[in-house]
Amino acid sequence: FLSYTIDEYLLDTNLSLSSLTASRRGLPQKKMSENGISRPKVLTLDTMNPTVKMVEYAVRGPIVQRAVELEKELSEGIEKPFTEVIKANIGDAQAMGQQPITFFRQVLALCSYPELLNLDNTFPEDAKNRARLILQSCGGSSLGAYSPSQGIDYVRQDVANYIERRDGGVPCDPDNIYLTTGASDGITTILKLLVCGQGIDRTGVMISIPQYPLYSAALAELGAVQINYFLNEDNCWSMDIQELQRAVNEARQHCHPRALCIINPGNPTGQVQSRDCIEDVIRFAAKERLFLMADEVYQDNVYAEGCKFHSFKKVLFEMGPEYSETVELASFHSTSKCYMGECGFRGGYMEVINMDDDVKSQLTKLVSVRLCSPVPGQALMDLVVNPPQPGEPSYNCFIKERTATLSALAEKAKLTEKILNTVPGIRCNPVQGAMYSFPCITIPDKAIKEALEKGQQPDMFYCMTMLEETGICLVPGSGFGQKRINEGFVVMTILPPIDKLTILLNKVKEFHQRFTKQYS
Amino acid sequence: MTKLHCIFMQGVKKPFREVIDVAWGDAQGAGIKPLTFVRQVLAACLYPQLLDSNRLPTDVKQKARGLLSECHGGSMGSYTDLPGIPQVAREISEYIARRDGGDPPKTGNIFISPGSQWALQNILNLLVHGHGEVRSGVLTPIPCHVTTIESLHSLGGVSVPYYLSEEHGWELQMEELNRALEYAKQVCAPVALYVVNPGNPPGHVQSKKSIQDVIRFALEKRLFLLVDEVYQDCVYADNVEFVSYKKVLAEMGPPFSDTVELASFHSASKGFLGEAGLRGGYVELVNMDPDVIKYACTIFSKDTAPTPGQIALSVLANPPRLGDPSYPLYEMETQQMQTMIKANVRRVHEVLDSLPGISCQPVEGGAFAFPRVDLPPKALQKAKEMGMEPDTFYCLRLLEESGAFITPGCEYGQKEGTYHIRFCIRSPGDVIEDFLGRLVTFHTQFMKEFS
Repeated sequence: FLSYTIDEYLLDTNLSLSSLTASRRGLPQKKMSENGISRPKVLTLDTMNPTVKMVEYAVRGPIVQRAVELEKELSEGIEKPFTEVIKANIGDAQAMGQQPITFFRQVLALCSYPELLNLDNTFPEDAKNRARLILQSCGGSSLGAYSPSQGIDYVRQDVANYIERRDGGVPCDPDNIYLTTGASDGITTILKLLVCGQGIDRTGVMISIPQYPLYSAALAELGAVQINYFLNEDNCWSMDIQELQRAVNEARQHCHPRALCIINPGNPTGQVQSRDCIEDVIRFAAKERLFLMADEVYQDNVYAEGCKFHSFKKVLFEMGPEYSETVELASFHSTSKCYMGECGFRGGYMEVINMDDDVKSQLTKLVSVRLCSPVPGQALMDLVVNPPQPGEPSYNCFIKERTATLSALAEKAKLTEKILNTVPGIRCNPVQGAMYSFPCITIPDKAIKEALEKGQQPDMFYCMTMLEETGICLVPGSGFGQKRINEGFVVMTILPPIDKLTILLNKVKEFHQRFTKQYS
Repeated sequence: MTKLHCIFMQGVKKPFREVIDVAWGDAQGAGIKPLTFVRQVLAACLYPQLLDSNRLPTDVKQKARGLLSECHGGSMGSYTDLPGIPQVAREISEYIARRDGGDPPKTGNIFISPGSQWALQNILNLLVHGHGEVRSGVLTPIPCHVTTIESLHSLGGVSVPYYLSEEHGWELQMEELNRALEYAKQVCAPVALYVVNPGNPPGHVQSKKSIQDVIRFALEKRLFLLVDEVYQDCVYADNVEFVSYKKVLAEMGPPFSDTVELASFHSASKGFLGEAGLRGGYVELVNMDPDVIKYACTIFSKDTAPTPGQIALSVLANPPRLGDPSYPLYEMETQQMQTMIKANVRRVHEVLDSLPGISCQPVEGGAFAFPRVDLPPKALQKAKEMGMEPDTFYCLRLLEESGAFITPGCEYGQKEGTYHIRFCIRSPGDVIEDFLGRLVTFHTQFMKEFS
């Protein structure tokens, strides 16, 4: 299908209206006003909100734009050294061929068009029952009605139950659950609450480097100070308390650190934090009086032997009241990742722990500006936290699909690490979890020189060249905050089907060897 | 909004069987059924196995297949690129061209978002300087629904009210706009003018002349026009027609047509679709600086509309046409809805006209009636004693005594010393009839009690 590049958007946008009037009136086009002076616009780069200029969203940045352009050229029959563009940069499982969970789609279809409930053989009974329960919980028994801004009560209750089960009985109050438009909506909302102050009192937010660009984009937009803490590449991208301490100490000289963001399992690094590490982080946050934000959207995506997902909340509560009653925490989840891969529905939730009551009222007010999160996404989240149980008609199919998806991901994680580590000049940490590999590539000096001449970061130059020569679109690490001269990092999803992934990885290998030779 | 509901939920004596909720502009929440075609297409997209059965009409299947073929991986579960599912963006563009005449806008000027308020906040984000000594201001109508104002405030912007003229059918008057702007300049840097047409809560539909006046004002005073047109399909009065700001702008020719910057918002939440829960909205940008559009792309790309919402927009923009298998049903459902709501409006006016102490300007369009209630001094006194606004007091009593849930005018802003109530007329006819019955009984008693 055709997509538009940003440059295409600009074509004639200003002229469309005057060409309309000119053609209607049979007059020649006039760009200028009658006295010949072109009036300056109200909204220009100079008058625009300055914080917007700081926003760069790497995941859909220049390299992706170029990929879209190339797709268009291919569809127009222009010859390229490749037959398709592979957008191996974004965590979109279903775009890469992952199948949705049948039960979820059945229930959603039934909820959308309840007439289907009357059909005898098309849908299993448990799907129908779920649809009925969900519809009952919606205004007017319809997915099309607004829900309360915080989300449908029935769903929030199910989310709370899920969290309690997951965390071995640690209580969860549904009143602390907010259903959001994907996890990013929740994250941005909490950040909005946290950002305040001027000058040296301006809120600083600690984010891990490498990081997922949503955070830096959100902080830029809010005018918050970004405080980088580096993950330890040599220890499989673990968090290092000494590094956290260094970062916060340095930050206190020019801002007021108020929050610490963690992504676990990590994006793009895939690291799964150990329980001890999480405890250390909680102690650190308590000591430094930081609000903890735990992005846990990949909580089911854990592959490596010996790795286990530990929720921040569970660890917090197991550390006893000194921490569990004081440390402020928001944790985030979504329908976009794990085994569901339902990005398009924008389903998500956040749980807020130990939030000041007055602030919570403000939070409730803030979310009401969005009116409510998409109701199909809320319904989907309900199914995710309350899937078919053993004995139910859909259980076997569900568990088979879930297992197949997660084990395929585990296999692909291993395969990626294996193949990439056979390439001289590429080293790749084990992909413990999440959906990406984050290999380190050595970039020859000559290539670095050419990159800088072109005004590009070396890893951007590497990725652009790879895109032009192979059609493979990866995101360079510089979009993720890492900056080193002779080494770059690239982000590649592990999502394509295994045979396609194998081809992809070998093409990357071939490209790297060619590139290294060419610029040696 | 929730204040009243909270008070109610704390446990109140109930001389009625159930609460009747006509407080929100939520047609489906009130019991109006969704359009069959939308839901069939949505179901087919969600569970494509349905495409193989003969349960669904051919045009439903065709539309679903078309939409899915343009989704990554052929699935609704994937992220969509910035313009949304390409077919949807094209359909919106063609819809605008059909509505306004002229060439279809470039899809690069159309941004799809999870509801129109989200798009509005993104545009406000581009316009508003929220920190520093001088903050940006936006002229906003009084009365006005709360969401936009809160959205503006959350960005650090200043809302500067201009009063709509109740005595003139809630008309927008230029002297008042001028006054508001002069005042605005003292407290902020005014950058935009926000207009809701058809209105919310007052149900006025702007005349073409009024729109021309506003456009001239925007050009002269250098204001960005933010036009909320989500109720464009909700027009009831016989001699009244909705005309879009964009169309009027184009017809005015240069210098207006190629200078005035305009953002026009629409949504699948209102009108015949009423799919508020699906969160599908869009903004069309006219005459926006191309360099700024680049930044708009970045902001909008962070949160594209959920795919179910995009499907709703697709039907909004490109509904079944004469000759399509689904057309007769679609036509019947929409006609029935329109007939019912027009009847609601008639009944509302009939009843309110007969009640002393309540008066209502003509509800020409929109989703609400916003009548004025002339509260007697004793009622004002009682409200004061209870520490609440007089119209809140009225609404609370209404809820307690008759179980009818509506909202007070103070939540939208109103001229000092006047009191209003707002209730939704886009509800099933029997619900409106029930509500009006309860209102009449309550109002008569209330006025007697406080005479």
